[in-house]
Amino acid sequence: MLGYIFRRILLAIPTLLVMLTVVFILVRLVPGDPAVAMLGDRASEATLQALREQLGLNQPIAVQYFEFLGNMITGDFGKSMVTGRTVLSEVGAVLPYTLELTFSAMVLGTLFGLPLGVIAAVRRNKWPDYASRIVSLIGLSFPGFVSAILLLLCFAVWQHWLPVMSRASSDPVTHIRNLILPALNLGLIMMAYIARVTRSSMLDVLGEDYIRTAQAKGVKARTLVMRHALGNALIPIVTVVGLYFGTLIGNSVLAEIVFTRPGLGKLILGALQSRDYTMLQGLMVVFAIFVILVNTATDVIYGLVDPRVSYKK
Amino acid sequence: MTSAAISNSSETVKSSPVLTALRRNRMAWLGGGTLFIIVLVAIFAPLIAPHDPLEQNILARLSPPSADFWLGTDSYGRDVLSRLLYGARISLSIGFLSVLTAMVVGSSLGMLAGYIGGVFEQIVMGLVDVLLSFPTLLLGLMIAAMLGSSFENLIIAIAITEIAPFARVARAPTIAVKRRDFVDAGRSLGLSPLRILGVHILPNILSDVVVVGSLWMASAIRTEASLAFIGLGVQPPTATWGGMIREGFDNILTAWWLVVFPSVAILITVLALNILGDALRDAIDPKTRSGQ
Repeated sequence: MLGYIFRRILLAIPTLLVMLTVVFILVRLVPGDPAVAMLGDRASEATLQALREQLGLNQPIAVQYFEFLGNMITGDFGKSMVTGRTVLSEVGAVLPYTLELTFSAMVLGTLFGLPLGVIAAVRRNKWPDYASRIVSLIGLSFPGFVSAILLLLCFAVWQHWLPVMSRASSDPVTHIRNLILPALNLGLIMMAYIARVTRSSMLDVLGEDYIRTAQAKGVKARTLVMRHALGNALIPIVTVVGLYFGTLIGNSVLAEIVFTRPGLGKLILGALQSRDYTMLQGLMVVFAIFVILVNTATDVIYGLVDPRVSYKK
Repeated sequence: MTSAAISNSSETVKSSPVLTALRRNRMAWLGGGTLFIIVLVAIFAPLIAPHDPLEQNILARLSPPSADFWLGTDSYGRDVLSRLLYGARISLSIGFLSVLTAMVVGSSLGMLAGYIGGVFEQIVMGLVDVLLSFPTLLLGLMIAAMLGSSFENLIIAIAITEIAPFARVARAPTIAVKRRDFVDAGRSLGLSPLRILGVHILPNILSDVVVVGSLWMASAIRTEASLAFIGLGVQPPTATWGGMIREGFDNILTAWWLVVFPSVAILITVLALNILGDALRDAIDPKTRSGQ
């Protein structure tokens, strides 16, 4: 078992290398001279040269690449060109907000999505199934920012139930009130997703022979669905929920912009607007590491919950 | 055209039951019909739009929906309805062209990986896994930010985010078909690998690729709108749905129509594509087809 976990973690290293390479190439795709692109046409030659040196742009590309890899692996993600603070400290300052948001969204999504999917599968082709499918289809069709804006309009602009802006606050009540709309927004999209996966996973399991056997033996419907079927159906759901985490972070970028909430999304937007390319490069790497960590963790959990996954492979 | 190409090829079996299942599926009609109307609107936008989408009318700025301006005007006094109609062109063409690019590049890569195998396959599929594990929106955001946001760059950025699923979908059936007798026969007759791939393998994977395409076009349109909302879309004054929401967002407290109508337009388009994609998938999957 430990060996499996170890091998899975080893497997993340080439993925990380590829991602770092992709980021390296992307930053060098900036058309023209990156220094000019970052500082604008009016910057003096001395400032331009200083920036080129800071970015290592005056060195051969291979040297640049290995220097970049070395920096990233030793945890040096660079400095913001605007604030002068390191990428890590900028990220550290807002990460709790993003984590809090994505975590509440995950809880909401699972809390509502799981029952919705189970009911749809058990009442297949009856009205609860159709209702659940329509709800999840609509939820999956919403771009994250569109649902955010409509929620904002309904609950903050037209009905003044919740705040329009979710700025940071030290008062716990305000803090939670600020969290409600963004979390609901991401949670509803996630609910749609989980409901859909749960439905199809449950349908697969409910068609199995052992379910029919249990039914024939007179197992109560409730036990049959909750214990016999859902237990097994949960395995693919866990994976899907884990993999969805990346999308959730992507959507949280949009939600943070709409709800004026601090977080990684605001950080990205700021870096984009001020053409802070070192910050952007650092953020890409942080995101990449994040996604790889979650994917690896998901695989390890998958191995733990599913006895059929081979540890030898 | 697709169905004709499929039914002409000797080794395919799926074509006619798929079409029958589709024709009987009410959701397919709903999704397809809605999409057809949206495409018509985009094509004939210059004929049906009541105003010039770029014409500013400062006296009528921020006016709510009225008889003159059915969906109101924005902060420059431009007609929201006309901008919405023209915006359909950008959304649909970026969505379609990026998926088409991803489809061609991705399925070629997948077919080659499946056909050649070995180290090449491992490298390609390794890259595909990396691409797949990265969230579409973030990847698109990074590429668009680096390339700069023009119409062409957006197509490239969104296409790159969607190459991976096509490569996956194309590879598996290629491996399966590769082992069939008729491919062996072709090879021993001295047919070039390109011909074997194009004539004998492509028709077999086309239906799967098209289904994935319709599902991912919904995602492409969502990504385009999201990028435009962040400010990485086709630049103003060109009307795009995401860009309209971005501009309207500043006036959300007073002028709801600026964000609500483009939102509804995006939602209806994506919903129609998703419904159509689901219907296509059901029609192609023999399990669900018989259950209909």
